[in-house]
Amino acid sequence: MDPLDVSRWQFGITTVYHFIFVPLTIGLAPLIAVMQTVWVITDNPAWYRLTRFFGKLFLINFALGVATGIVQEFQFGMNWSEYSRFVGDVFGAPLAMEGLVAFFFESTFIGLWIFGWTRLPRLVHLACIWVVAVAVNMSAFFIIAANSWMQHPVGARYNPETGRAELTSIVALFTNNTATAAFSHAVTGALLTAGTFVAGVCAWWLVRARESDEARTMYRPATILGCLVALVAAAGLALTGDAQGKLMFQQQPMKMASAESLCHTETDPDFSILTIGTHNNCDSVTHLIEVPYVLPFLAEGKFDGVRLDGVKDLQEKYEAKFGPGDYRPNLFVTYWAFRAMIGLLAIPALFALVALWLTRRGRIPDQRWFAWFALLTLPTPFLANSAGWVFTEMGRQPWVVVPNPTGDQMIRLTVDQGVSGHSAGLVLTSLILFTTLYAGLAVIWFWLIRRYVVEGPLEHDSEPAPPKPPGDDEIAPLSFAY
Amino acid sequence: MALHDFWFIALAGLFLGFFVLEGFDFGIGMLMKVFGRVAKGDREQHQRAVLNTIGPVWDGNEVWLITAGGAMFAAFPGMYATLFSGLYLPLLAILLSMILRICAIEWRGKIDDPRWRGWADLGIAVGSWVPAVLWGVVFAALVRGLPVDADKQIHLSVTDLLNPYTLLGGLATAGLFAFHGALFARLKTEGPVRDDATRFAARLALPVTAVVAAFGVWTQLAHGKDWTWLILGAAVIAQLSAAMLVWSRGGDGWAFVATTGVVAAVVALLFAVLYPNLVPSTLNPEWSLTVENASSTPYTLKIMSWAALIFAPLVIAYQAWTYWVFRQRISAARIPASIGLSRRPT
Repeated sequence: MDPLDVSRWQFGITTVYHFIFVPLTIGLAPLIAVMQTVWVITDNPAWYRLTRFFGKLFLINFALGVATGIVQEFQFGMNWSEYSRFVGDVFGAPLAMEGLVAFFFESTFIGLWIFGWTRLPRLVHLACIWVVAVAVNMSAFFIIAANSWMQHPVGARYNPETGRAELTSIVALFTNNTATAAFSHAVTGALLTAGTFVAGVCAWWLVRARESDEARTMYRPATILGCLVALVAAAGLALTGDAQGKLMFQQQPMKMASAESLCHTETDPDFSILTIGTHNNCDSVTHLIEVPYVLPFLAEGKFDGVRLDGVKDLQEKYEAKFGPGDYRPNLFVTYWAFRAMIGLLAIPALFALVALWLTRRGRIPDQRWFAWFALLTLPTPFLANSAGWVFTEMGRQPWVVVPNPTGDQMIRLTVDQGVSGHSAGLVLTSLILFTTLYAGLAVIWFWLIRRYVVEGPLEHDSEPAPPKPPGDDEIAPLSFAY
Repeated sequence: MALHDFWFIALAGLFLGFFVLEGFDFGIGMLMKVFGRVAKGDREQHQRAVLNTIGPVWDGNEVWLITAGGAMFAAFPGMYATLFSGLYLPLLAILLSMILRICAIEWRGKIDDPRWRGWADLGIAVGSWVPAVLWGVVFAALVRGLPVDADKQIHLSVTDLLNPYTLLGGLATAGLFAFHGALFARLKTEGPVRDDATRFAARLALPVTAVVAAFGVWTQLAHGKDWTWLILGAAVIAQLSAAMLVWSRGGDGWAFVATTGVVAAVVALLFAVLYPNLVPSTLNPEWSLTVENASSTPYTLKIMSWAALIFAPLVIAYQAWTYWVFRQRISAARIPASIGLSRRPT
């Protein structure tokens, strides 16, 4: 067994796992902040109950996102120490700033929010959840800026004396066009996840509790809010994804060629929807269903006259430039992950349209299929997020730092150059331990979320908290969370 | 002072913040079950009172570690790469136990069921004991030196990590955190829980003073510089003051300030004896990683310095405010019933 493969599996598993929980955190924090704001402004208890209800679900989820995030920061040094040595001067800065500028805020203010219901004035308490909402998004920006530097290194030069990449402009690193595109795409993805989550859960309750007052006062408005967020996010994902795709055609043509399983350089190739064959052997790929005009538009925004490089030609080009080696990603994974990401987007968008139609002008839907549709839609944005990251990370293989076509060509690193010199057994031990622990925690996470969703907003959450904090002389109970 | 020296101090400061703050979180987690066992009255209420003393703050405290890790990556990538890959297994154990602890604390109250809480308590205990011991072992092993070769790689043998000195280090941090945690519980609770906390602290005071002093003196004699005697002296004085205050049933606040001083002085001592090395090599002093040969470029350090100078005071300010907001003591008697759900829908 190759320690490189085991290390890659570990990074893949721990990262995809981490990013199951993170988009819900990033997207749900602003939605809860909106719910609480509506409550503070209108004094409508329905929005208070929604805030508490989704707040609890948020916290169950937040714990796992935080817990698995620490691993992310440590495993660069543990499993990818040569990578860390090569990029640390550049890559460390956004990670450290993430802690200092964003993560401190979100972790401190989430504590204030959880325990401060009866301790803080209403507006200060409201401000706490807004701080969390902004900080989680800033976290995302710093981490994606770091990741985007690996996709498209800018603001750095190679120092032959130290043999490493060195930062020359932090501004260039943070204004990397790859970073701004990827950040807006990831954040809209998070909003889609959270919007669908709110809409799905509330739509299910809407049908379930259709006879109650709550259906009209609470579940219907929350369903509509979630659907609107999901629809805007879905449109945003198409736009930001398109912008990111156009950049990738320039910055990482190999990734986009493998997204299409486009083996040979062609002018105006068709967009492939279904292929059969062994993808990694280019010659046996048969494109069954194809659509013209789409691919040239995705690449350059026009319908013809676009010449796109194929995997085989790029491979020859890279060999001439960077020496012998296999520069092709796993085409099967990139091709299908790309399609899964786009295809899965249609389900929450369709659900949101159906839900908005069924709830139009005060209607309360009673169709059982609609309740099922709501539940089945819930996992789709999570899967789409995972598919997107699998595509973008697998698509840059074998590189861990992809050479920037217009940058310093010496700033490049393949995964086998970046991995630590551990034995396969050692890394396998940690892989097994992480996977086992993570699997167990995922089961509990799912069970807890399900349990809280099925229970719905609780009765004792219908009493809004006293708006004023107690005086110093009286010892009022905290709003106990533990 | 060169920027890499400043960043050595900044890194020490981040770890200091982590151990001072998370130190009592670990202590609370280590002792929570014990509080339940000795409780006269409702055990569960006692345990919840203790856990809720760190409720609003433990998550923010943990970020000191995240930031310390990030700062090490940014300021001393050579240290980050060599140390983290070299100390693979202890760091893995720390990570796994901290994951367990975060989920156990956050999920404990979500289901109102004794068996559920039992598992969460186990997670909290394991997740607090293991890092409390291992951080001491890891830092002692680092100060003692690791087999860094000419290629900056560490091939760790068992005795590099586990030997009398590092085990004493683990005992010292675990003892110190438990003592620190007991004094935090004493400061933040009232009634029977506070009485229990005082008794724990009184019992821990002597053995903890002994192991901390032994570890400090060994560190100083084996690796110290002349001026680090001062830090050791400060640690010992602070520890003795804490012990005296506990035995004389003196001020809760001052006793806690004293153990804060002990933790801070111990971290300062470890970093001071380390300087100017980051990872001393036991194979050849030439191969040691130092603040000069393992640091980032002056440009990166300058950017990081600006970020730290602007944001670190802000972080300290709002974290201090959090402690002020939750300054009231907690009593087991006033804790309302659990708002967790039953295991099955009723």
